Amino acid sequence: MADDREREGTEIAVAEFHKKIKEAFEVFDHESNNTVDVREIGTIIRSLGCCPSEGELHDLIAEVEEEEPTGYIRYEKFLPVMTQVLLERRYRPIPEDILLRAFEVLDPAKRGFLSKEELIKYMTEEGEPFSQEEMEEMLSAAIDPESNSIHYKDYITMMVIDEN
Amino acid sequence: MGSGTSTQHHFAFQNAEKAFKAAALIQRWYRRYMARLEMRRRCTWSIFQSIEYAGQQDQVKLHDFFSYLMDHFTPSSHNERDFLSRMFTEERLPQDSEMEGCRDYDCIEVPDSYMGPRLSFPLLPDHATALLEAFRLKQQLHARYVLNLLHETRKYLVQLPNINRVSTCYSEEITVCGDLHGQLDDLIFIFYKNGLPSPERAYVFNGDFVDRGKDSLEILMVLFAFMLVYPKEFHLNRGNHEDHMVNLRYGFTKEVMHKYKTHGKKILKVLQDVFCWLPLATLVDEKVLILHGGVSDKTDLELLSKLDRHKIVSAMRCKTRKENEKQAEKGKANQTGSAGKPSPWFLPQSHSLPSSPLRLGSHKAHKDSRSSSVPCSIPPNPQELSRQVRRSVDLELERCRQQAGFPVIKEKKEEPLLFSSEADSEAGELLQPTQEEWRQVVDILWSDPMAQEGCKANTVRGGGCYFGPNVTEQLLQKYNLQFLIRSHECKPEGYEFCHSRKVLTIFSASNYYEVGSNRGAYVKLGPALTPHIVQYQANKATHMLTMRQRISRVEESALRALRGKLFAHSSDLLGEFKKHDKDKTGLITLSDWAAAVESVLHLGLPWRMLRPQLVNSSTDNMLEYKSWLEDLAKEQLSHENIQSSLLETLYRNRSNLETIFRIIDSDHSGFISLDEFRQTWKLFSSHMKIDITDDCICDLARSIDFNKDGHIDINEFLEAFRLVEQSCSEGNASECPQATNANSGYSRPDAH
Repeated sequence: MADDREREGTEIAVAEFHKKIKEAFEVFDHESNNTVDVREIGTIIRSLGCCPSEGELHDLIAEVEEEEPTGYIRYEKFLPVMTQVLLERRYRPIPEDILLRAFEVLDPAKRGFLSKEELIKYMTEEGEPFSQEEMEEMLSAAIDPESNSIHYKDYITMMVIDEN
Repeated sequence: MGSGTSTQHHFAFQNAEKAFKAAALIQRWYRRYMARLEMRRRCTWSIFQSIEYAGQQDQVKLHDFFSYLMDHFTPSSHNERDFLSRMFTEERLPQDSEMEGCRDYDCIEVPDSYMGPRLSFPLLPDHATALLEAFRLKQQLHARYVLNLLHETRKYLVQLPNINRVSTCYSEEITVCGDLHGQLDDLIFIFYKNGLPSPERAYVFNGDFVDRGKDSLEILMVLFAFMLVYPKEFHLNRGNHEDHMVNLRYGFTKEVMHKYKTHGKKILKVLQDVFCWLPLATLVDEKVLILHGGVSDKTDLELLSKLDRHKIVSAMRCKTRKENEKQAEKGKANQTGSAGKPSPWFLPQSHSLPSSPLRLGSHKAHKDSRSSSVPCSIPPNPQELSRQVRRSVDLELERCRQQAGFPVIKEKKEEPLLFSSEADSEAGELLQPTQEEWRQVVDILWSDPMAQEGCKANTVRGGGCYFGPNVTEQLLQKYNLQFLIRSHECKPEGYEFCHSRKVLTIFSASNYYEVGSNRGAYVKLGPALTPHIVQYQANKATHMLTMRQRISRVEESALRALRGKLFAHSSDLLGEFKKHDKDKTGLITLSDWAAAVESVLHLGLPWRMLRPQLVNSSTDNMLEYKSWLEDLAKEQLSHENIQSSLLETLYRNRSNLETIFRIIDSDHSGFISLDEFRQTWKLFSSHMKIDITDDCICDLARSIDFNKDGHIDINEFLEAFRLVEQSCSEGNASECPQATNANSGYSRPDAH
């Protein structure tokens, strides 16, 4: 009995996931032929609530790509993989407090901020480095022009509010 | 100290590892944030586009309505006949001789107090520059000079060919600009950044100079002035908005009447003619074809070169003669044939098309299976037509009239005044293009490229077609061309290549939908005609905003428009929601909400993604739909005294209503009488099968007549339905004030 209900619950969830995935996919399906440019897959996956790293993203793409990569991803291949990702709740978003701690690691002196140069250094040399474009975009919103630094606690709060 | 060093190294290593991980985490989080922003941006764009297309659908519905009138309505009283005759009587095209001899602007006095620019002809380059500067300082050109300039422009345009041929050996560079749509700031910016026109600096402006923006007339003045000053280097192509019928709907007519209260009507009349004389295309070095919309699989440049472009007055107006009657008409005097056939002067000849209500599927759906040409059967002769007109719907209308207490005037059956006089029709015949000629021109002004192969009717716009890469290829090969430059469609980056870079769309009106919505661009053709694109966004405020803020602003604007649309379909939505609520709990799931909304609105939007912004209050994934609809209504209504269900219906049809009003208001006074309003509304609602009693109509009409003088000010009436106006002026990045101001101090809109 419980199994039946659970299965039904999963079926409903899957049906709902399918609708969400289809919607997100269609936003980028410019030619209305059930394909999207592979470069947009990251955006689609992330807008569905997942937060993969670049490495994880590449692995996912490899799963949904054609045998001979065409530069396009087909919906038929994308749907089952993405459904599974959502069912398994993979690549969960990062909670605010964890994010804060990450910034604090980069600020061992506990000043409450990072200088512009420090931010640039970490973001472009460590982890999965930013492109120049990504860096510039982050700086435009994050850096307080008067102090030339990022007060990360405020920054996080601002970004989180904006999301909601 | 050895072990100390290794401990230090150990810690250092650990710290480095921690820093690496921390950085990776931040980057991962940030990339997700940016992705979501990008998704919001794309959704916002979809909203604007789908609403714009839906608006264009309205235009088609309007045609259906007038076809319906044509076929079913018999006027039975003086009033009704006069009213209809205004819509249906053939408007005489001003004869060429009239236009040329028309120098009555000479009599227009310019007062000494006038501080604006004064023009003298022939124009000198300095005059053109001074004109631009004057407009930048927000001065207005006196009507006398407007008419004078238009007169000179017309004289000049008449001797131009349909397809302008331009060569790069004379000027060093050619710059091509796309749609400006009344946005003077963008034009000023282009001239500032790229340089003023000169013998060394050629320009081609690719149509759609007017409508929507608030400085359409000023743009025309500047463009015409430079064209007169640098005839060899400065070129204009006609766009689909250089069309007086389109101007009625999209704001240019209104702008002119507002700025020139005394002489506006005259100016519009002359403009109507000037638009018809604009060239249709420009060819650079016999290699790059520049035209406004696109091409079709039937596009024939030879035919386009030869036809009399002046005859194509409006895409919405086509009295054509049959191809093979060309021979017959020359001989016979009283041949009524198809050209003598009466028709509303704004209706395309193909009114006998089955008026299928176009299904508003997701606009992607529009692009599938349609025949590749709009069928156009031969219209009946006058006798046949009058028989059609006297159909039995008389009875129904009689009933309506009696219910409303209208005096039933017993007239002997007269010919409905739907027919133009015989004499006119003869002269008219010679001024009409053939069906083929009309089609060719509409195709190049209204078509859009598509990704799929083939050529399909452009049902979204109601004219022209969608053309695929093979059609482009075919055309380029046939005429030995390198590529096409066209405009007509707004693009986020101001430009877009397609068809393997053989087609370039260039769009020069930045912030077209909303401040921050898109960039504008122009293209320079360098040596070997390689395109070099320059982008811009003519609004200081946007540069100061971060991407996040920019997207938020545009998004808010799109959502407002979308909420307006939802409100306009409240009753249908309620019905649909109820279907999902069989148990009458008053609640539905959010998933059902999304399905219901799409099935009513047919906008093809990602509703699940938009839901968080459209539905504020839901618990446990369930929505109380009635109160949600009520909240929507509260946002939209700014006039409490208008009964709300009627309001919703009017609201939904307001774009069409406005156009109808402007057609009725033939002297552009801005007023129509209560009677005219009632009649219009009756006819319109019966056609649209809107269930409304005549009492309601009378009440509504009376309540809209705010000063009780028996006349309705069109603008005031439409104010009642305006959405929250963004009163954010340039440079002011603060939030826009909310709508419903109880003191009814709603702000006047600039333009649509």
